[in-house]
Amino acid sequence: MSNAQIEIQLIASLVAIACAIPGTFLVLRKMAMISDAISHSILPGIVIGFFITQDLNSPLLILLAALTGIITVVLVEYIQKTGLVKEDTAIGLVFPILFSIGVIMIAKNANDVHLDVDAVLLGELAFAPFDRLIIAGLDVGPKSLWIIGSILIITIGLLLAFFKELKVSTFDAGLSAALGFSPAVIHYGLMTVSSVTTVGAFDAVGAILVVALMIAPAATAYLLTNELKRMLIYAICFGVFSAIAGYWLAHVLDASIAGSITTMLGLLFLVVYLFAPRKGIIAVMYREKQQRTEVSLLTFLLHLKNHSEERERHVNHLNEHINWQKVRSKTVLDLALKNNMIQFDKNIVSLTEKGEQFTSQAIDYIITNQDNKIEHMKDDFFLFRG
Amino acid sequence: MAQSSETNKNETSVGAIAVKVDDLTVAYNYKPVLWDIDLEIPEGVLMAIVGPNGAGKSTLIKSILGILKPIAGSVEIFGKPYEKQRQIVAYVPQKGSVDWDFPTTALDVVTMGTYGSLGWIKRPGQKEKKAALEALEKVGMLPFKNRQISQLSGGQQQRIFLARALVQNASIYFMDEPFQGVDATTEIAIINILKELRKAGKTVIVVHHDLQTVPEYFDWVTFLNVKKIATGPVKDIFNDDNLTKTYGINYKVSIQE
Repeated sequence: MSNAQIEIQLIASLVAIACAIPGTFLVLRKMAMISDAISHSILPGIVIGFFITQDLNSPLLILLAALTGIITVVLVEYIQKTGLVKEDTAIGLVFPILFSIGVIMIAKNANDVHLDVDAVLLGELAFAPFDRLIIAGLDVGPKSLWIIGSILIITIGLLLAFFKELKVSTFDAGLSAALGFSPAVIHYGLMTVSSVTTVGAFDAVGAILVVALMIAPAATAYLLTNELKRMLIYAICFGVFSAIAGYWLAHVLDASIAGSITTMLGLLFLVVYLFAPRKGIIAVMYREKQQRTEVSLLTFLLHLKNHSEERERHVNHLNEHINWQKVRSKTVLDLALKNNMIQFDKNIVSLTEKGEQFTSQAIDYIITNQDNKIEHMKDDFFLFRG
Repeated sequence: MAQSSETNKNETSVGAIAVKVDDLTVAYNYKPVLWDIDLEIPEGVLMAIVGPNGAGKSTLIKSILGILKPIAGSVEIFGKPYEKQRQIVAYVPQKGSVDWDFPTTALDVVTMGTYGSLGWIKRPGQKEKKAALEALEKVGMLPFKNRQISQLSGGQQQRIFLARALVQNASIYFMDEPFQGVDATTEIAIINILKELRKAGKTVIVVHHDLQTVPEYFDWVTFLNVKKIATGPVKDIFNDDNLTKTYGINYKVSIQE
C-alpha cells in the first residue's frame, strides 16, 4: 500500500466514526432526513465562507457552513410550527432552496471557486492526500485528515461528557425537561455537531455519502442490539468497515470511492436486514411461522383436553376432527411429541401430565394476560414472547 | 382524609401548601387549553385530576413542571419556583409519550430517575445503580432488570415508569394516567404504592380517567375542564353537581361507599 492509499483509508475511517456518533442519535430521534437537509443546505455557507477565506479548509469556513446547517434546522422547525405543513414537507421546502442558492453562487463565480457540483455531491476522496498541511516547512499530512481528526476528537469528548443527557432527552424529552436537562439545548447541541461533522466530511466524501455514513451504520446497528452503547460501537464498526472495504472495491472496479463506500453500506444493511438474529426479516418470518404452529399445537392440545371420547382422539381421525391438512397435522404432532405433551396408546392420543399442565397454563395466560406466570415458558415458545 | 397525613402535617408546618398555581393560562397555537387556573394542593394528599378529554389535565401537569411555557401565571412548589425545587419533584409521563423500542433495559430506564440529582455531566455510579435496583424491587420488577423495554408488557412498562419516579425519592409525585392500559393486578400494585407514598407524607398528584375508582383511591380531587371547576376533599366535593359541571352532561356516577 502506498502512503496515499493509507491516508485515504484513514480519512474515510475517521469520517465514518465522526458520522456514526451523531447519526446514531439522529436515527433514534427519527430525524434521519434532517441530516440530508443539513448536508445539502451547507453549500451556500461553504461558498460564502470560501469567498471570505479563500481556503476550503479554513476553520472559519467550517463554522460558517455549520451555521447554515443550524439555520436549516431552525427554518424547518419554524415552518413546521406554523402548522400549515408537516415536518417532511418543511424539510423538502428548505434544503433544496438553500442548496440551489449555493449552486447558483458557484455558477456565477465559477472562475473564482474551484468547486464544482459533482465534487460537492460525491466528494473527491482520491485527491485528499494532495492537499497537505505544512507547518513550519514540515509536511504533517493531508489537511482533511487534520480537520476530520479534530472534529472527531471534539465529538467524542462531547459524547463522553453528555452521554447521559443525550440518552434521557432522546428517550423521554418530557422527563429530561422536568429533570432540568433542557431538551432544546441538547437538540441544538446535536444539530451543531451534526452540521460541523457534515461540513468537515463534505470536502472528502461529498453530500450524499455524508448522509449515508450518518444513517446507514446506525440503522444497521439498531437491528442488532438492544443497548445504546453497543449500538454506538456497532455503528462505528460498520462505518469503518464500509469505508475500508469500499475503498478496495473502488480500487478493484476503478470506480468512485464515495460511490463504492455507499454501496458497501447498502450491502451491509441488506445482509443484516435479512439475517439479524432477532429483528431480521428471516428471523421474523421464522418466528411468525413458529407462532402459527404453536397456536395450532395449543388448539390441538385443547381438543384432547376437552374430548374424552376415543373417536375424537384416534390418530387417523385427527385430521377430520380438527380440519387440518396432513403437513400441518404432522408438524403439530411432532412438536407435541418432542415436548412430551402427548402419548399414544393403541393409536389413541392423550395428554401427558406435562401436556395437561401446559394447556392449563397457556389458556390461563391467554385469558388473564398475566405475564409473570409464564416467564419460564418464554424461552421455549415463541407464542409467549409478544 | 387519611389520618396519617394529618399527623404528618402536624410534624411539618400545619397546612403546608405543596403546590400553588396562580392565574395559570396555557395556549397551544393561541388557542387556550387552560384558562386562569388557581389551585392550591395541600401537602400529603393523594389527589386525582379529572376532566373530559382535552380538558388540559396533562397540560396542567406539564406547565407545573416547566415542560410547557404558560402565557400567563406562576407556579410555586413549597413557596419557590419549580426550577429551584426540581430535586423534590418526580414525574411519570404518559406511557405512550416515549418510544419503547429505544435500545435500553428496564434497569437503565429506572436509573434515569437519578439523573436529576446528579446534574449535568456526572455519570451514575454504584450508589445510583443500587437505588434503581431497590426501586425495581419495590414495584416487583427486579427479575426483569436486564430485559429490553420493548419486551415488557404494558403493565410492566408502567411499573418501570413508577420505579423511575420512586428512585427520585421526591416529596411531590406527578403522574400522567398511570393506570392507562394496565391489567387489574398492576393497577392494584400501583395504587398500593401510591397509598404508601401518601402514608410517608408525600404528595401525589395523578391524572385519572376512571371516575368509578376516585372515592376508593384518592382523598383529594380537582375537577378540570379548561377552567378549574372545583378542588377539595373527595368526600366533600366528589358529587353529581361537580361532575355535571365538568363533563357538561347530566353525569351520574354511583359512588361506592
